[in-house]
Amino acid sequence: MNFESVLFLRPALSEIEPAEDPPFFSDLNLDQVGDVIFAGRESYNLRPFFRIALRSIDEIVYRHQVMRDLENAQVFAEVSAFAEAMRGIRESLAAAAKLYYAHERERWIVDAAARYRDGVERLLRALGEANFASQGLAAFRGYLAEYVGSAGFRALANDIVSLHEKLAAIEYAVVIDGDRLNVREPRNEGDLVVAIHETFARFRQGAAKSYLLTFHERPGMNHIEAKVLEFVAMLHPEEFAELDRFAENHATFIDPVIERFDREVQFYLACFEYARSFESAGLPMCFPTVSSSKAVSAQETFDVALARRLIEANGTIVYNDFSLDEPERVFVVSGPNQGGKTTFARTFGQLQYLAALGCRVAGRSVSTVLFDAIFTHFERQEDPSALRGKLEDDILRIHEILERATTDSIIILNEIFASTTVRDATVLARRIMDRILALDALCVCVTFIDELSTLSEKTVSMVSLVDAANPDVRTFKVVRRKADGLAYAVSLAEKYSLTYDRLRRRLNGRGHG
Amino acid sequence: MKTYLLHRDRDVDWDEAPPVNTEDLVADLGLAVLITAMAGGDKTIPPIATKVVLRRLGDVDTILYRQAVLRDCLTHPSVVRTMYELAGEAIENESRNFWGMRSRHAASILRRSTDVLRMFLGVLRKLRAIAEADGGAFESEGFARFFAMLRSELDDAYLDEVYGRLRAVEFRGGMLTTARLGRGNHGCDYVLRTFDQAQRGWFDRLFPPREPGYTYHVDPRDESGARALSELGDRGVNLVADALAQSCDHILAFFTALRSELAFYVGCINLHERLTVKGEPTCFPIPHEPNAGVHQFSGLYDACLALSMPQRVVGNDGDARGKMMIIITGANQGGKSTFLRSLGIAQMMMECGMFVAADAFRASLCNGVFTHYKREEDTEMQSGKFDEELRRMSLLAECLSPGAFVLFNESFAATNDREGSEIACQITEALVDSGVRLAFVTHLYEFAHRIWEERRPQAFFLRANRREDGQQTFKLHEEEPLRTSYGEDIYQRVFEGEAARST
Repeated sequence: MNFESVLFLRPALSEIEPAEDPPFFSDLNLDQVGDVIFAGRESYNLRPFFRIALRSIDEIVYRHQVMRDLENAQVFAEVSAFAEAMRGIRESLAAAAKLYYAHERERWIVDAAARYRDGVERLLRALGEANFASQGLAAFRGYLAEYVGSAGFRALANDIVSLHEKLAAIEYAVVIDGDRLNVREPRNEGDLVVAIHETFARFRQGAAKSYLLTFHERPGMNHIEAKVLEFVAMLHPEEFAELDRFAENHATFIDPVIERFDREVQFYLACFEYARSFESAGLPMCFPTVSSSKAVSAQETFDVALARRLIEANGTIVYNDFSLDEPERVFVVSGPNQGGKTTFARTFGQLQYLAALGCRVAGRSVSTVLFDAIFTHFERQEDPSALRGKLEDDILRIHEILERATTDSIIILNEIFASTTVRDATVLARRIMDRILALDALCVCVTFIDELSTLSEKTVSMVSLVDAANPDVRTFKVVRRKADGLAYAVSLAEKYSLTYDRLRRRLNGRGHG
Repeated sequence: MKTYLLHRDRDVDWDEAPPVNTEDLVADLGLAVLITAMAGGDKTIPPIATKVVLRRLGDVDTILYRQAVLRDCLTHPSVVRTMYELAGEAIENESRNFWGMRSRHAASILRRSTDVLRMFLGVLRKLRAIAEADGGAFESEGFARFFAMLRSELDDAYLDEVYGRLRAVEFRGGMLTTARLGRGNHGCDYVLRTFDQAQRGWFDRLFPPREPGYTYHVDPRDESGARALSELGDRGVNLVADALAQSCDHILAFFTALRSELAFYVGCINLHERLTVKGEPTCFPIPHEPNAGVHQFSGLYDACLALSMPQRVVGNDGDARGKMMIIITGANQGGKSTFLRSLGIAQMMMECGMFVAADAFRASLCNGVFTHYKREEDTEMQSGKFDEELRRMSLLAECLSPGAFVLFNESFAATNDREGSEIACQITEALVDSGVRLAFVTHLYEFAHRIWEERRPQAFFLRANRREDGQQTFKLHEEEPLRTSYGEDIYQRVFEGEAARST
């Protein structure tokens, strides 16, 4: 059965695992998203997979199918149980490798192998009953069945059984008297504890509390324990010879394809748990429709990084809707500050990116586009030591973006040219927008320059809303609407009696006293 | 070994939750005074006595079993007190001197367990001595069984066996354990074994046979080896320490059960002495089956009141056989509330096997004593008070079932006579028709009168009277309810007293 990867339809894709987050991660808070998704799974090193955006529909469909199959509670539980077993096995083997006494080390290896055998067989049984729609899991199951039936695996299983039976049958007696340690065969001596319980049984009034101390069994022996084991081995030479042979014959017993599956499937489990954490807080998540069409849309979507913090703080999460129809390409987002504009830009970017990982995304009905790259330009703190001024820096960064962007790229600009005059900013922004429009790339542009929203039939104006009755209350809702930046300022001024007329009257009333 | 002095065939579950109405009962009947008198300064008695008094036994047979044990106690108070003190001593010594049972070292758990066991054995020997010396004079079934048990279970053969066990765990000839190979080939399933005694006779000790198996001597300079060997030994010590510590717990549980059960009886002895010294009568009540409709008493008085005043208190007589209601009306401060309390307390004392404060008392068992008393908080608005009364009544109704006995003290009076009477009538009639018995102290004339007119066969009427000179007698008489309640008397006395002082 031909199977290599549950994460990639064409496994060659993953040959180079990126070691660094792409630059836009921090602007879109995807770095935080990744931290949360993979928290607790650091040992699998899953972050590289988070950095590989898929570029073809069939790869994404491959993942969606696997993800849906894994969302079956029983399958999910079985795969998790297998992962748990594998973690234990790896830890055992790592610990065993450091051990000094061979008869101890070898026994840890046998026990780890037994857990491996149990885990693999149980997984096959569990998956055998499942009704898989996914190519990925069906192929893995086929591989697993072949593997379990293979001569190598059968031999391993048989050796484990034989050895366990022999070792379990061994019972030995230890006599400690002063500095003397004697190990011998037991002779059916009576149980002293049973005798004591019998003597005092007549006082028994009810269930007894236990005073047993727990002795922590960690790998590793002191020389007295090793001496006992050595004597036991001398009393039972045959059994221990078999143990030596096992360790020699089955030094590496984990199959590399299964090992790879064990790692890769964690990506799905992590993503599933992440999506479920939002659903259990009542937020909508869905499988997006990913295509090459730029008519992207989303209903009731939200910024997952922000929502995570708000759930923890019991805050209210605001949903947004957006959609582009042909020939629209650019969202121009304007409106009051702190009104959710940046959040909207991030939400848009997160959605496109996470969809390209084959994940479930925030929202009720989401369509995203395949892209070749995401470029972001977010306002940065001015670096006082930099030789270049802020404006120059902005222009240089945007230039670099436009050099590399193609018609399939996504560009997210947040408050460009805020450091210069309105006139300058308007002229510069228009130039840049012209370039982006010419590229025909998808873009979100957060700006205070209203005119940008009416540059072309490709631009769509989005405005962050305020509460009509209480203008200083932000709703954090961003809606498709004609930009009218003044309306908000005027209403707020009225509220504080700072409009022209009101302020005049107030100043007037003070007289010349 | 079971004490079984409170029940013929079972232990008391001291952790059982108290009845839901406990708080009201204790407050309304003034039970704290009774419990304090039972305690006589002892700290163990109050919680025990409270639990026993609040838990009715529910069957005549068990009540008679306890009465018999209690009669023995009243006849031999000093023997009972001595046993109570012995049990207390054992428990105190265990907790004071042998606190370290939670040690992290198997060896110290073992040492403390053997020390405690030796101390316990000393007390057990004394108990057996009492059983032998004084046990024969006790007549009740409960004590007869108890003393017989002490004599047979703690005989010399048994005590020798116990001392033998304590010697065995000193491991004079070494410690033998067996084990199996567990994870990582570490030892597991340790079992501590007894040596084959025959093998270790004097001959073998002088000329040890060649040891089988393999032997290793830890070098005297190998400190870590010595430590490791002792840790290995701890596996076995751990098992025996656990067994002995559990044995200690069992014996401690026996002493605890003994002390708890005796605490109740010592409390009864204390109370009996207090009342007897004052010259107040007590009697063992005659319990009747729940549906027998028996309720007769003479010289019934409020034990709590008697305990809190120097002079003798007034007792009441009554024969309420076949009656579902006792309606008490009449003069204020004429002893109505006191009588109501005495009814409740006597019922409870009888139902837990105690004597009662009366010359004679016989009654049917009830399905729980409940109280509904006027609450004194006057901060509330009138309407709020009435609302509160009805809400409380509604909660109370949740707990009632046929056979229950409810004491009402001036209930439903937080409104006018007509409304209150209507409510009181409806509630009491509903209760009575459901098989609930009740006693009702009331000023609601309309209510009392309607019961007199319409339900006379079911009700027993008592009235607090004043003498011609206006002085209260505190004695109640079986009589038709009167309209006025002599509030005027009190008013006049108070106000005239004031007027007298101010002139």
